Amino acid sequence: MQSMASSSVSVAAIPERRRPAAIEFVRQIFVVMVKDLRAEFRTKEAINASLAFALVILLLFSFAFEEETTRDISGGLLWIVFAFAGTLILNRSFAREQPNDCLDALIAAPVPAAALFLGKALANYFLVLAVELVSLPVFGIFHNVNWTRQFWQLMVVVALGTWALTVIGTIFSALTVNIRLREVMLPMLTYPILIPALLAAMMLTTDLVAGKPIGPDTVSWLKMLIGFDIIYTAVSVVLVEVILVG
Amino acid sequence: MSAVAVEGVWKFYGDFPALRDIHLDAAEGAALALIGRNGAGKTTLLRTIAGFSRPGRGSIKIFGDSPREVAARRRMGFIGHGISVYDELSALENLMLYGRLYGLPNPRQSALEWLERTGLERVRDGLVREFSRGMRQRLAVARAFLHGPSLLLLDEPFTALDDKAIAVLQRLLREAQAEGKTILMSTHQLREALELATHVALLIRGKVVFHGPCTAEMVSDPGFVYAKYGEQ
Amino acid sequence: MRDKIIYGIGIAAAAVIAWNLYAIWGLPDEVNQGSVYKIIFFHVPMWAAGGTGAVTSLVASVLFLITRKFKLDALAVASTEVGLAFLTIGLATGSIWGRQIWGIWWTWDARLTSALICWILYAGYLMLRRAVEEPTQRAIFAAVYSIFAFIDVPIVFFSIKWWRTQHPQPVFWGGGSFPPDWTRHFLWNMAAMIALGVVLTAVRYRQEEAQREIDSLRRMAHAL
Repeated sequence: MQSMASSSVSVAAIPERRRPAAIEFVRQIFVVMVKDLRAEFRTKEAINASLAFALVILLLFSFAFEEETTRDISGGLLWIVFAFAGTLILNRSFAREQPNDCLDALIAAPVPAAALFLGKALANYFLVLAVELVSLPVFGIFHNVNWTRQFWQLMVVVALGTWALTVIGTIFSALTVNIRLREVMLPMLTYPILIPALLAAMMLTTDLVAGKPIGPDTVSWLKMLIGFDIIYTAVSVVLVEVILVG
Repeated sequence: MSAVAVEGVWKFYGDFPALRDIHLDAAEGAALALIGRNGAGKTTLLRTIAGFSRPGRGSIKIFGDSPREVAARRRMGFIGHGISVYDELSALENLMLYGRLYGLPNPRQSALEWLERTGLERVRDGLVREFSRGMRQRLAVARAFLHGPSLLLLDEPFTALDDKAIAVLQRLLREAQAEGKTILMSTHQLREALELATHVALLIRGKVVFHGPCTAEMVSDPGFVYAKYGEQ
Repeated sequence: MRDKIIYGIGIAAAAVIAWNLYAIWGLPDEVNQGSVYKIIFFHVPMWAAGGTGAVTSLVASVLFLITRKFKLDALAVASTEVGLAFLTIGLATGSIWGRQIWGIWWTWDARLTSALICWILYAGYLMLRRAVEEPTQRAIFAAVYSIFAFIDVPIVFFSIKWWRTQHPQPVFWGGGSFPPDWTRHFLWNMAAMIALGVVLTAVRYRQEEAQREIDSLRRMAHAL
């Protein structure tokens, strides 16, 4: 992220508007994020579809599993719901730019590709997070689980796991936007890569929903999740320019 | 310094060269019309100059900078086949978005000014989704001019436009020319283009076969360049 | 000349494998496992060859992004595809061994699970290539994916190991060491498999180069 931020130094060098490069970079991320969120909330296409899908899967789970079982595998169930429902939002991320060739204008704008990527990733992040925060209480009610006993630790895990989901999902959304079978390719490519992150999030979530806080035996999962987030955010930020302009 | 300097540019799709050893030069204030048949590589060349894709070989300089540098992007305005504005946003929101992306000091004021100049001030809060074709195209023109680019890259600008949009665009291009801005446009509508053009380049199968000033003969007979330098 | 070298290596590899097959056939059965242990002479070299392919593919992909030479892209595809074939046989031989010793075709043991995930990651590479039409873009996207996938491999290995240590451990490979002449067969097989991999990669590489040329000629024909 550092190298990308420094490439926007020349932005600040334009005399009429002198801003430190880092602040300019954050501002650009914010502009892109607000644009995506605003466009999404006008139609609510992706978020409605994702929410409906999440609820349907939660409903199906209650037919598939006994209440007892559900509690033992709550992390697994929840993250499967999050990953499936999240994909619907992530698929739209770059597809949103397609109808009027909007991506051209974004690429042409004097904004580093990294800012473009992070702005879109953050917008997706909040959308996916919103779906998850609705799914959690629904899960609690449907399956009669008191999931709030380790509320804040659970929120940390949800926040970190969701970032893994969105950072990989957004970069692959850019990669798959122009290829055949886009809707299928995105989950097929992202889920295998996401396995370590999803695994960590599932293990931690199961414990936390059961009321067991993160302890010395499970903290390595948390570390791995943080590591996954950092590594893939860095790699995505470096490679997004190559994906967008070759 | 040239506004656009293209030197020995090749663009490959696999091994197939879509652009072959392109040399082009547009001085500041020039209006270069890039002509050629469909599939000759006009769009590919314009998109490569605009920095949407990297050339396989050779170098492109926009006012001395590579097209992907922020300084170069700030000075470029591009109109492509799509209108590059969001259907879900209003005309004003769209322009303010681009104003912010270009870091304009007062995005709202610039946006309002350009809505007026393209005759869209009355529908500024209408969603683009509800616009007619002509209105959408004028908005696309406003978007490209918003940040006061000194180089305009236009890909077939007159093809999809209605009469009113053509009039708006031609007026703006003339003003831009008068202000010493550089225009690079691809077109096969020779009549509209040659009226503005100071220079002409003919592209055949990814090669520039003619590149020179636009003469009176060309303006009076648009087929002239093809007849003289083309194959048939 | 290049053909002769490739075929030379191929014949040598085939000869070594044939000799080894004969020699291994004659080896006595192991006390605990019976004759099925002999699969290890092939199973491990398969993984070595597959792993070599994966590393080659990553190096070629990174170099492609730096130099943009299509030869490197062709090398990346060729080594991934051949590597994936070896990994497939590796999984299959492992599964056969598991059926004999554990009585089950599959178990979610750390090593098996990691291996399967790697297999899926590299299968994704080939799926992605099939979905991209334009050769330059295909090469770039594939190289980017390759980097994402390869970074994942060590993370997968660690996470799966931690995952499994929280659960009951299934049976491991029977311990103990090889007698020296077994080790010799084992190493020869390893060399032969990697040589075979090199030959197959070379053949596939040339095919990919030809494929790209055909594609460009087709585009040329359309342009006329």
